[in-house]
Amino acid sequence: MSFYASLRKEMLELVRTHRLLVMAVILIFFGLASPLIAKLLPEMMRFVPGGEDFVSLIPTPTISDAFTQYVKNLSLFGPMLAFLMTMGAVALEKERGTAVLVLVKPLSRGVFLLTKFVALALAFLGCLALAGLAGYYYTVLLFGAPDPFAWAVLNVMLWLYTLVYVALTLLASTVASSQAAAAGLGIGAIVILGVLPSLPGLGKYLPGQLVTWGTTLLIDPSARSWPALGISLGLIAACLVAAWIALDRQEI
Amino acid sequence: MAAIRAEQMTKVYGQVRALDGLTLTVEPGTVFGFLGPNGAGKTTTIRLLTGLAKPTRGRAWVAGEEIADSGKVAARIGYLPEEPSFYTWMAPADLLDYVGRLFGLSSLERRSRTKDLLELAGLSQVGKRRIGGFSRGMRQRLGLAQALVNRPEVLFLDEPVSALDPGGRKEILEMIGQLRGQCTVFMSTHILQDVERVCDTVGIIDHGKLVVEAPQAELLDRYTVPAFELECEEGSEPAFEKLLEALRRLEWVTSAVADPPAGTVARVVVKDLETARRELLAQIVPQAETLGVILRRYQIVTPSLEDIFLQLVGKATAGDREGTK
Repeated sequence: MSFYASLRKEMLELVRTHRLLVMAVILIFFGLASPLIAKLLPEMMRFVPGGEDFVSLIPTPTISDAFTQYVKNLSLFGPMLAFLMTMGAVALEKERGTAVLVLVKPLSRGVFLLTKFVALALAFLGCLALAGLAGYYYTVLLFGAPDPFAWAVLNVMLWLYTLVYVALTLLASTVASSQAAAAGLGIGAIVILGVLPSLPGLGKYLPGQLVTWGTTLLIDPSARSWPALGISLGLIAACLVAAWIALDRQEI
Repeated sequence: MAAIRAEQMTKVYGQVRALDGLTLTVEPGTVFGFLGPNGAGKTTTIRLLTGLAKPTRGRAWVAGEEIADSGKVAARIGYLPEEPSFYTWMAPADLLDYVGRLFGLSSLERRSRTKDLLELAGLSQVGKRRIGGFSRGMRQRLGLAQALVNRPEVLFLDEPVSALDPGGRKEILEMIGQLRGQCTVFMSTHILQDVERVCDTVGIIDHGKLVVEAPQAELLDRYTVPAFELECEEGSEPAFEKLLEALRRLEWVTSAVADPPAGTVARVVVKDLETARRELLAQIVPQAETLGVILRRYQIVTPSLEDIFLQLVGKATAGDREGTK
């Protein structure tokens, strides 16, 4: 019972504080703009001073450029939004004192955390779905239709990749005593996750591989990267469990 | 069954012993005033009893449930923190509805409870306005309303009026007064007048230790000073001094002194209050008549809660000082 009550509150908060709107606008914009940018890049170069000389060097845009642009934008703005939306989720509630008000009621700390994660997961699912539809529509208009199944899988991968950052930041927000400290910890975790793929042989096991897998599927339907999927899901679960244990031990 | 029972509850933060073996019983249906100076351990006690913190040692039960089982306790209590914070994007009606959902109330119950509590808190007119713009008094009343959603058996109020202006204090204290008999109220405060106004039982805590716990009337009786106060009209001071001298000669009078010396007010301390009650006035009236003293006031000295508080907390502090020597 308290799960649905808390989830409802989290969803309402995302709507009434306009955070869902901001998330949707940014992701849909980049969903729409990505194929457009890919298509119009040579034209845009003409308006840059001295850019005309390079136009002839740019190959004619293809559907693959649209995919690359789409993945590049959403794999950057998804995690960035995940970080911004999540860093205060728990830390700010502890800092302001709202956590005290609700955690003294029949709402377990585990449910308190889980509903925050589920609400953000649902919000990103909806926004990425809309961004995906927008991107698909413009790709069809400008380049021709990609495989809808592969496109859907790419967006699911982008969603899971974003959720890794939601879970990491949620853990940082739980461990930290203030929003600023949570931001610092979150950035640290994101930097580590960004540096690790550069270590030889490690990249294919890390969450970033999900995005590569999703993109490759559009060209090669037989592509698979199960270890990265398993590790990403494991990382999400580990972060949530660690956050739960940390919060359970804290005196609010 | 006691509404609250604590046994040897201790809380240590690093080198600081915030609570030191607190043993306490609060009877159901009472308004219990938990008094103490700042830093005495009042908030720590409430945080332990509500499950927000865990005791280092000792056990406690609230509404019959052991505090270690915080889920069961949570369903039966209400809590108002010292400075309640709310989700500023919510309206009071949203907040009360959300709290009702957390307690698993049906939609019909939630609607009726929200309406009743907004009325009780005097917030019906602003029930749909965002909490973000509320004054401190409105927030405090809303805080009390949200603590009552589940009709708690035990209501914890941490310094509910200390940050309010006199008007806001009066409103909250009246709301607390209305709860008498409906639930047990455990109210921490350092404002003695508030305790005198609404509490029927008092516990005084100092340096993490419970100094005394008793019904307010019993406490006042227990600490009654065996003394009387006399006051004469201005201009009667020399004759008044003679009257005091006569009183000092009585066997059962310990002292009879004007304060300030040669002033119009005097305190007569007696050995036996009952004898003095019967005989003192009979001694004073004829002598005053003979000496030409015009008496304005004659009364038994009754200590205020403040006198008792200062006496007890002073003692505890002095005791600690002795102990540390």
